[in-house]
Amino acid sequence: MNSLFEYTLRLGDDSLMIGHRLSEWCGHGPILEEDIAMTNIALDFVGQATSLLELAGKFEGKGRSGDDLAFLRFDRDYKNVLLVEQPNVDFGVTMMRQFLFDAYRKPLFERLQYASNKEIAAIAEKSLKETKYHLRHSSEWVIRLGDGTEESHTRIQEALDNLWRYTGELFYSDDVDKELIAAGEIPSMDGLEKEWRQTVNEVLAEATLKIPESDWQFDGGRKGMHSEHLGYILTELQYMQRAYPGLEW
Amino acid sequence: MVTEKEIWGYLEEVFDPEIPVLTVVDLGVVREVIVKDDTCKVVITPTYSGCPAMKRMEDDIKEKLEEKGVKGAEVELVLSPAWTTDWLTENGREKLKEYGIAPPEDEGDKSVLFAKPFVVPCPQCNSKNTKLISQFGSTSCKAHYQCQDCLEPFDYFKCLR
Ligand SMILES: [Zn+2]
Repeated sequence: MNSLFEYTLRLGDDSLMIGHRLSEWCGHGPILEEDIAMTNIALDFVGQATSLLELAGKFEGKGRSGDDLAFLRFDRDYKNVLLVEQPNVDFGVTMMRQFLFDAYRKPLFERLQYASNKEIAAIAEKSLKETKYHLRHSSEWVIRLGDGTEESHTRIQEALDNLWRYTGELFYSDDVDKELIAAGEIPSMDGLEKEWRQTVNEVLAEATLKIPESDWQFDGGRKGMHSEHLGYILTELQYMQRAYPGLEW
Repeated sequence: MVTEKEIWGYLEEVFDPEIPVLTVVDLGVVREVIVKDDTCKVVITPTYSGCPAMKRMEDDIKEKLEEKGVKGAEVELVLSPAWTTDWLTENGREKLKEYGIAPPEDEGDKSVLFAKPFVVPCPQCNSKNTKLISQFGSTSCKAHYQCQDCLEPFDYFKCLR
């Protein structure tokens, strides 16, 4: 197993999928400002995915470009967490999904910006600056909707109840990251989950939302075992390259 | 043989496609110009990861240098150290304001939730009585504000650090 390739691919796929999900809001936002906000954030994620997948291709050393990796893999070869491929449903669900993910991405990039692997560090340093904006945006909405009307409260609580089962996987760890940490390529991830939990507790308390009691969690994304939603994303994402191989514009 | 100084001069004629009053030099995205033997390399850094203007700037730089008789100039994109709005030149800040875009303010630490809001003065009337409409504006690098005195909506070139 090429751990550098695999690790970078995981990060890249997370960015690609959540960026794609956000881009689905283009032209459908509840208000103009949020339509623009979500597409701007989508652009940051797709930009991060471009850098990360390009780098993954380089680590792999088989001549695959970032585009090849984004558009020409089968579903089992995507290694994103299940959380980021979950459907948008409504604005509340989208903001909750975003918040749970942003709260993880920020402490993750804070660590990775000091990676001794200079290429991973550079992307993390760049992305961290954007992530801070994203987290601020998504947490403000979670608070506004949670501590809003009865209707908005009920719906975003439901979103939290549904999405909570996908958060355990954010801290999935196996030989891939362990090997890179041992080799000193990336820093230790000690305290990552604790930091995430702290942000989550703080924001959800302010939003008057309750963390579900069940500890049961999904996983599988990191191993390529996805929910049914990924197939639909890929159908749309890959359509052009499958229908017109090598198409450029 | 062309000198690095001349190249910097030529780059002052290449404009940001999205904020056409700023040159790539004002914007602070040109990190380095390297002229060695017969080769010329311009090193640039993206403002935002997904900024669609970067490819255009890269092409515009090559085209401008070609036009000035510099053959086969290379443009290299590097990510680290990451661009921050502190790299906007003083000249660039002035031009932004004249153009009606409020230049970046010190926003404090963005990771502090519920931090006290900072003030973005109106680029039209200088009033400090302005309000944030949306953190995300017409391009990645801008937020949307409105002046409560002259009532003009305006773009704010947000602080990225
Ligand atoms: Zn004004």
